[in-house]
Parts: sequence; structure tokens; C-alpha cells
Amino acid sequence: MTQPLVAPAADTGADVAPPVRRRGRWIPYLLLLPGLLWLAIFFVLPMLTVASTSLQEGSLAQGYELTWRLANYTEAAQRYAAQFSRAFLFAAASTVLALVVSYPLAYFIAFKAGRWRNLLLLLVIAPFFTSFLIRTLAWKIILSDSGWVVGTFQTLGLLPEQGRLLATSVAVIAGLTYNFLPFMTLPLYASLEKIDRSLIEAATDLYASPFTAFWKVTWPLSLPGVVAGTLLTFIPAAGDFVNVRFLGTPSQSMIGNVIESRFLVVLDYPTAAALSFTLMLAILLLVGLYVRRAGTETIV
Amino acid sequence: MSRRLWRGVTRNLVGFYAALALLYLFLPVFVVIVFSFNDNVGRFNFTWQGFTLDSWLNPCGVAGLCQAMIRSIQIAIVSTIVATALGTMVAFALVRHRFRGRAMTNLLIFLPMASPEVVLGSAMLALFLNVGVRTGFLTILLGHIMFNISYVVVTVKARLLGMDSRLEEAAMDLYADEWQTFRRVTLPLVTPGVVAAALLAFALSFDDFIITLFNSGNTTTFPLFVYGAAQRGIPPQINVMGTALFAVAFVVLLVGQVTRRFRRS
Amino acid sequence: MTTPQPTEDAELRLIGLTKRFGPVTAVDDLHLRVPSGAFIALLGPSGCGKTTTLRMVAGLEAPTAGQILLGDSDLTGLKPYRRPVNTVFQSYALFPHLDIYENVAFGLRRSGIKDVRAQVGQMLELVQLTGFERRRPSQVSGGQAQRVALARALINHPKMLLLDEPLGALDLKLRREMQLTLKRIQEEVRITFLHVTHDQEEAMTMADTIAVMSQGRIEQLGHPEQLYERPRTQFVANFLGQSNMLRATVDGRDGDLVTLRIADTTLVVPAEMLSHGMLTASGEVHVGVRPEKLDLAPVDDPVPQGRNALRGVVVDTSFMGTSTQYLVRTGWDQELTVFAQNRHTDVVAPGTRVRLTWRPEHAFVLDADTPTSAAAPQPAVAP
Repeated sequence: MTQPLVAPAADTGADVAPPVRRRGRWIPYLLLLPGLLWLAIFFVLPMLTVASTSLQEGSLAQGYELTWRLANYTEAAQRYAAQFSRAFLFAAASTVLALVVSYPLAYFIAFKAGRWRNLLLLLVIAPFFTSFLIRTLAWKIILSDSGWVVGTFQTLGLLPEQGRLLATSVAVIAGLTYNFLPFMTLPLYASLEKIDRSLIEAATDLYASPFTAFWKVTWPLSLPGVVAGTLLTFIPAAGDFVNVRFLGTPSQSMIGNVIESRFLVVLDYPTAAALSFTLMLAILLLVGLYVRRAGTETIV
Repeated sequence: MSRRLWRGVTRNLVGFYAALALLYLFLPVFVVIVFSFNDNVGRFNFTWQGFTLDSWLNPCGVAGLCQAMIRSIQIAIVSTIVATALGTMVAFALVRHRFRGRAMTNLLIFLPMASPEVVLGSAMLALFLNVGVRTGFLTILLGHIMFNISYVVVTVKARLLGMDSRLEEAAMDLYADEWQTFRRVTLPLVTPGVVAAALLAFALSFDDFIITLFNSGNTTTFPLFVYGAAQRGIPPQINVMGTALFAVAFVVLLVGQVTRRFRRS
Repeated sequence: MTTPQPTEDAELRLIGLTKRFGPVTAVDDLHLRVPSGAFIALLGPSGCGKTTTLRMVAGLEAPTAGQILLGDSDLTGLKPYRRPVNTVFQSYALFPHLDIYENVAFGLRRSGIKDVRAQVGQMLELVQLTGFERRRPSQVSGGQAQRVALARALINHPKMLLLDEPLGALDLKLRREMQLTLKRIQEEVRITFLHVTHDQEEAMTMADTIAVMSQGRIEQLGHPEQLYERPRTQFVANFLGQSNMLRATVDGRDGDLVTLRIADTTLVVPAEMLSHGMLTASGEVHVGVRPEKLDLAPVDDPVPQGRNALRGVVVDTSFMGTSTQYLVRTGWDQELTVFAQNRHTDVVAPGTRVRLTWRPEHAFVLDADTPTSAAAPQPAVAP
């Protein structure tokens, strides 16, 4: 420290500001490399493979060959249009239901729970550690024909005498709603919790009724959470096939069921790949439109 | 007056609603717990027949169940370690460095989370089929690490963004070199975020069914075992495992929260 | 690392220091010399480059051009941890995961010192925080956190202490108290303090030298009184306290006095206040008079010997406790501010015609052609 230092910084008189860390320029690339390489090999490459498989032709016995057969798409779209629309319909319904269930819950935890806030959050997450399949099977018991839910519904006249819940669309939507609920509740909570209380107080001070204050202040400020939550619920719901398998019947089958059976049972790879790629594109398109509409990049 | 009345009503209404929602969340959990004590006779554990501790005393009594459990834990541990390491590095690069290709990186992190699992799983299978890789333990692991990286990046990134970068400047100002600054300031402060990311990754990996189903070959994980059992017959031991998982997770989360509160005061 | 001594080799020299962020020049060819043991304040509005200057001295920002010398060593390219300077950060930047003791001991430990207990104890005593060792930063008040930050920096016996708006987060009363504490500690340890602030009162109370900065440059450097009584630019005149600026024409010279004219009023100022340039240029100058230097008297009272006088009408008064502030409109429709001590006279009602008087040497004169800033880059040297 005490000895005089050699060269005065003479090279820095240039017009362009030098980067802050000239020597460490390669560090970010080094940090990114393993993770991005992994995603390139096990996400990007599979996507490209699906795209190429979806244009193949042939049979399992003779093998499949890339012939750029775009008809795979039109045929698949025609044949499975019902499953596609059902997937999006069920996913949309369960997303809306999840929002209806979660918003007041998240609101309560964020604004009214006081010191119980963390415990309540824990209670919201905990049920989802019982394993996805086991809790879906539990719903099968709850909604079974001899269960108390069906009994109660019948007594209340909400369900006809011989009516059932299991093996219906209602059961499938109920299962989807339940299974992806934390993906709705947690983002909602995160954005509600961030809201400055004084903003709501200011609104009431400016003669807004509690309802107007909610509608004009709280709700718009929680929109990032709503956007994130609806996306995180809708996406897995649209691709799910477990809830139909356990709680529904083949007549409720969604696009996920088709992809699963085409790939793993029928081994009709081109059709399965075409469906898979279409689902991916459809979801990305929806997400893109939705995020643009909502105007926030909330996920990443 | 009417405002106070309204406020009282809304508070209780929201509270009542929240209580109902929690009840709804716990309904399947109660069922799982109760049926783990069911003295089941048939193949399917769907109707109550009587109380017994048999399944709890003999949790591994069903062939393959405990092996599947152990395999799931192995996969979850390895995929958590790898994904946490890779994801944390990416998060650091994104928050603390300037580089070309940031938008591309963000997109690449975002896309796996925006893709339904059925797409991810089938795409990986398509790759493995084309390249001629036999699916099994290893391919499950590769897939789990893939989807976990994104979740780790997002979690650690949030923590890093919430960290005051002046703390690192202060450390450098107080004679800590780059390594010491990282070791003494950055690391301790970012650790809670990394731990949270690792817990999330573990849970996601352990409970993953769809991607695993596509890439499992002959390997059976716990979710795959449950899936198979759902078709062949469900032993109460599965409920025992479900209850145990719930209990373990609950305790881990509770302990985490209590220690955090304890440290703060 | 033993007793702090005001060494000759701790003089700070900034030579042509420049920092550009893309197209923005934050610090523009800055020259400054701060002698060892001085308490200097960099004063200026936000965005004037004062914090960037401090950060370059600390090593947290790399200069685009120029040199930073401390004593006989060149700090310019050194990492922050290789510089014998320490910083008290804005809002303190205390490590939240370490207790007060470890926060204070941080620098010593990084320098490889094993036994830090005695020094930490001493330091906590100096800042009156004995007994707070095991508390976390989140468990102490703002004023206490401020003192921890100070102890954490001072314990390393830096050749220079950098303070970045250290009192900004404190309330007024605490800020006054800390100003005195900082001043006392500086006099005790005799380390050079470089203090960045936007609060002119804080700078004047604490620093023995103030550098007023604007747009990346030093407008003027000097003792607080000097800056206040003889500001060299309108910017300095208005940033430190208030000034009434009168635009006047130079009429002629009469011995040691120069006669000036505004409308039909004649004023005099000491000739030494006018630089050579001012006399030969367009013939117009700005005369500045501080509000408290103006005496307010009934319009018919005789003008005391040797004082300048002008007439006006009171248009507004506001009572301010120790003084009353008047707005007086002159014949040429300019409103002047007057602070009158509340001693014996009654408040003069609006509409009253009054005469304002002041001593010629209580005014200051600025070149009317230069706008608000003195553009000439002169090497600023602290006295």
C-alpha cells in the first residue's frame, strides 16, 4: 500500500466508458453455461425432436420416416378437436374456480390474519405434500356414489336421485381445481401482501366505500398475482390427464389423455408428437396474448 | 355506523370464507389419514370397514412400495442438488452481471414452466427414442433436473433481487476481497433463498408423475407405484405413505418457520 | 493499525476526475485537494455528481478518466478493499445477518486480526453503544445504526473516512445531535472526513471546508463563512441560504468604492469586489444582499452614514419566531426578502412605505454575463 504505484491510469481517457469489470466479462457466461446447456439438451432439443417426429410417416412395425407430412396436424386436429376444446374448457373452468376459492383466502391471509399469517400459509401449502395421485384418489372416495357429498347433494335436491358426481365432468373439474390451487393462492398472496395499506386508507379517505376501495385500488394492484396465478393454474390443468383417469371416464378425456395413450400405449408417435406440439404452441399463444393483454411480465 | 357495520360483516365474511376454503383444502388429507387406518379387505381401499393399525405397523408390506419410495427419494435428492447448483449460478448471472443474450436466457428459463408437463415428458421421450437411449432411472433424473432448473432460478433470483447490493459494497469497503465478500456476506444472505429453492425442487421432483411416466422405462417411482396400484388395487399402505409425507412436510415447514421467527427476535 | 495520527501523507488529490455513464457525464474533470485531517463537505443538489465522486474515491466506481491520489499512493485502479479508506453508507448497509459486535469487527477480521475484542469494545464506547454487542441491526434505532456504521468504519483507522449522506435517514432532532457527535469524533481522531450531503445547513455546521458541486463540477470551494459571504456564482449564492439579486449598471469609481445604478437609485460597493473583467465588460453586474443584512426603517428616517439605501413598499409579512420575513417591492417592481429580528419593533404592516439600508461590504457582486454557474475550470484547493 505504501509504495508508489507504477502507472497512472493513462489509458482511460477514451470517449467510451470501459465496462465496470473488464476482467470478469466471461464470468456470467461461465455461470450460465451449465444450466443453459442442460436446458438446451433436455428442453430445446426434445422440442425440435417432437417437431420433426410430428412430420414423420410410417408404422411402428416398419419404422417412422421424416416425410414432412403436414397432414399429421390436420388429421390430428380433426380427430381430436373435441379433446382439445374439452381440455381448454375444463382448464378455464377450473382456473376460474381456483381464483374464486383462492382470492378471498389469500386476501384474508394478507390483510386480516395478523400474526397467524405464516401458520395459515403453511396450512395452505401442507395438503399438497400428500402426493398428487394420492389426493386425487382421495377425491375419488369423497365423490363416490355412496359418499356423503353425493348424499347431501341428493337430499338438497342439487342432484337427482340416481345422479352421481364421480365419472362426470363436474368431478374432473373439481379435481383439477383442487390439485392446482396452491399455484393460484401463493402468487395472489404475494401480490396482495405487497400492497401498501396506506393506499387503501387513502382511497377510503377520498370517499371511496370499502367496496369501491377494493375495486379501484386493491384489485388492480393485485392483478400481477391474478395473471401469474391463472397462468400457473391453467397451464398444468390444460395438459393434465390424471384427473380424467381417476375421476372421469373416457368420454371426458382431455388432450393430455390422447397424447399419453398415443405415445405410451398405441405408439403412434407422429400423431402424438403433432398433438404435443400443437398443445405447446396453443398454450404459448394463449399465454403470450394473455400476458400482453394484462401488460405484465410477472412470471420471470 | 353503516361503514362500521359493513366492515364487521366483511371481516367475518372473509374469515368465514377462508375457514371454509381451508376445510376444503384439508378434506382430502383427512380422507387419506382416516383410510390409512382402514381394515381393508378388498382390492380397493375405498369404503370404511374398521379400524386397524396393521398398515402402519407394516408399511413395507406391499411388494415394491418401499423400493419405489427409496427410488423417488434418491431421484429427488440428486435432481435437487444438481438443479439447485445450476439454477443458482444462472440466477447470479442474471441478477449480478451484464451480458449479451439476457432476453434469450430469460425466455429459456420461462418456457419449461409455461409448457404442460405432458408436452415436456413426451418431447423428452421423443428425443430418447430417436437417439436410442433406453429410458429408466437416468432419464427420469435428466428430466427432473431440467424442469427444476427453472424453478430454482426464479426462486433464487427473487431473493437476490431483494438483497441490497450496498451490503456487498460495504464488505469490499471493509477489506473483504471478492471471495470473502461472497463467503461472508452474499452467501449467508442468499442461503434462505437457495434453501427454499432446494425444498421446492425436492418436492416437485419427488411428487412428479407425468414427466416421469413418459421417461421411466421399467423404473418405478412412488407416484408411478400409486398409479399402477390405482389400476390393480390400492393397499392402505399407500395412505400410510401419503400421511407420512404430509406429516414430514408439515413438520419441516413448521420447524423452518419457528426457527426463522426465533432468529428474528 | 495503532493510534491514529494526522499524517502528512493522507492528503487527497483528485486530478481531472471524470465519470461518464453512457451519454451522461456525472463528474466532469474535477480537481480537488483535501489536506490531511480536514473535514470537507461535498454539497450539492441530487445528481450533481457528489456521490459518484465519493464512490470513485471508495473504489466502488471506476473513473472514466483522471487520478485519485492519497498521500503518495495512487488509488485510481485499486479495488475497494485495497484502499485505506472506509465508508459510512447511506442508510448504513449494516450486515443484517451479523450482530453489532461482528458488524464492527468485520473489517479487522478481514485484515486477519484475530483478537478484536479490545478494539471493538473501545469503538463501541466511543460511539456510546456499549451493551449493544449482541443485538442485530434490525433491533437498533436509526441513530444507533448510524453510530454502528460509524464505528464499523472508524475501527479500521482509515486514512480517510467517506460519509455518504450519513444523516439523511434521521429525524431533525437526531440529525442535529449526530452532527455534533460526528464533529466531536472527527476532532478526536483527526482523520480526513469527506462528507457528501445535499443539506447546506449540515455542511455549514460540520465541515471546515465546503465544496459546492453542480453538474459534475465544483462551483466554489472554501470555508463556510467565505462561501456564504462571498459566493462567486449565483448557484452558490442561492444554494447556500437566500439572496436578493439586484441587476445594476456600473456608474464609476470613487476611490475604494464603485458606484452602481439601478433605475434612479445609486448604490456603492467596495471596489475589491469587482474583478477586472466585470469593470470592463458590458457594464452590468449582479449585486447580492442576504435578507438578514437588510435593515428595514420608516421611509422618512435619515439614512445612516455610509449605508446604501433604497425605497419600497411592504407587500407581505410572515412571522417566523425569532424573526419576521418581509417581502418589499422596490420602485422597479422587484420583490426583496428581508429578515428582521423580533427584538423591539412592532411588525410593519403591508402597504407601509419603507427604506431598506445595508452596509456596502455586506453585499457581494457577481458578473451579470455569467449565468448561474462559473464555467471556468479552476483547480480547487482547500485552504
